[in-house]
Amino acid sequence: MSIVYTTEENGSTLVQIRDLHFGRGSKQIFRGIEMDIPRGQITTIMGPSGTGKTTLLKLIGGQLKPSKGAIEVDGQNVPKLSRSALYTLRKRMGMLFQSGALLTDLSVFDNVAFPVREHTDLPESLIRHLVLMRLHAVGLRGARDLFPAELSGGMARRVALARALILDPMMIMYDEPFTGQDPISMGVLLDLIKTVNAALGLTSIIVSHDLHESMSISDYVVIVSDGRVVEAGTPAALRASESGWVQQFLNGNSDGPVPFQFEAPDYRDDLLGAKV
Amino acid sequence: MSDFFQRFGRGWLQLFERLGRAHLFLFQILVGLPSLFGRSSLLVTQIYSTGVKTLLIILVSGLFVGMVLALQGYYSLVRFSAEEALGQFIAQVLFRELAPVLTALLFAGRAGSAMTSEIGLMKATEQLSGLEMMAVDPFKRIYAPRLLAGFIAVPALTAMFGAVAILGGHLVGVEMLGVDAGAYWSQMKAEVSFSHDVMSGMYKALVFGFIICWIAIFEGADCIPTSEGVSSSTTNTVVYSSLAILGLDFVLTALMF
Repeated sequence: MSIVYTTEENGSTLVQIRDLHFGRGSKQIFRGIEMDIPRGQITTIMGPSGTGKTTLLKLIGGQLKPSKGAIEVDGQNVPKLSRSALYTLRKRMGMLFQSGALLTDLSVFDNVAFPVREHTDLPESLIRHLVLMRLHAVGLRGARDLFPAELSGGMARRVALARALILDPMMIMYDEPFTGQDPISMGVLLDLIKTVNAALGLTSIIVSHDLHESMSISDYVVIVSDGRVVEAGTPAALRASESGWVQQFLNGNSDGPVPFQFEAPDYRDDLLGAKV
Repeated sequence: MSDFFQRFGRGWLQLFERLGRAHLFLFQILVGLPSLFGRSSLLVTQIYSTGVKTLLIILVSGLFVGMVLALQGYYSLVRFSAEEALGQFIAQVLFRELAPVLTALLFAGRAGSAMTSEIGLMKATEQLSGLEMMAVDPFKRIYAPRLLAGFIAVPALTAMFGAVAILGGHLVGVEMLGVDAGAYWSQMKAEVSFSHDVMSGMYKALVFGFIICWIAIFEGADCIPTSEGVSSSTTNTVVYSSLAILGLDFVLTALMF
């Protein structure tokens, strides 16, 4: 049985996932995920490594197709959309990849201008203004002429954020935005995600391992494990959860409902009864 | 024994599955080709990086191939006092066979491998996923310009390879070995047919350019997104392209002559 995480109390859901099944080869990654992501809020999806959190973002973005179930984004069932309808929807979605995914042969300025040049016929003078405004918002207006290879990991993610914002999307998905960041870069990214979400009225979905940082800016947290949603709610509600599994996950205990030892025969039998 | 048959069967199934995927991939690129109308800058950039950057190795190779052909041809022809036919011999061998085949092999090694590693690295660093999420279709933005660029560049490079090789042949045959310059050019002009000899080489070059770029782009897009995967796909591009060029050369020669 899976926990249905609904946001009826907020009245508006941007992403609605129902009975989502997805597998790769013989491995079943999702077994009936049910999730609602509220509009205008920051929702963080957490879970142990290998649970398919990034896969979930790719399913929401239509880069992967589920074997069963529905993923509705702003009322449109993503897996059933035609290629052109999916691309139209993606113009209203932004995604921030872990690596930044900047185009390495373009400068910072051209990377941020890229979606505008691809999808609009705006004059270069206007594009320049738009790009400089977005770069200023992420604090990198002065880095416009640098190339991705010259940027630090944190700077690359900020440029990627400026690029994701340039078409004024309705939502942004962040894939592990804090991984490998020093405390200052982490603070900058946290501030940016929170400020941008509030200022532009976005919906943000964050996939992250960084518990404390993510929970500090999230309105809702969903914990996914073993192909299902195991717990969901506000950060305060999760901290107060009586679930041993949730407490082990939040406190990072090495042993608990998720055992330290991988399933193995009895230790004593293994040592004393071993055949050489 | 049953293990052997299982592995044998699985291997063939995987091969056919991959071939099917490669054909669907090609179909999607071809569907994306019309989007290049009005976006000539994408095509020009790719012609530059695949064609122009391959030019030096093509010209140098062409020069030496022409010089070697002149040496070998002269020593064979002079035994029958037919050294005046050297120009015709060099031009026919070059345009029919050596220029398209050697240009294609060099193109596969230089531009094909670069294309695979570039696309493979774009996949490994999530640039292709990033494009898709920005609603930019990689088939139209990345793959289609590269396929068309190869289709245009290989015949152009073949023509240049042939021209430089004929000059190399002239340098050795006429300037060094003393073949009569008038005989060298007039025999070539009289006996080499543009529509038959030169154009048959160009048709081969068109097919080779198309096949090399198809293999290179597919290998890049289908690679395992790790450093080992990119390296293995780059090697596959050179190996598969070379085998395809040599195999198709036989088929095309049998059909055209």
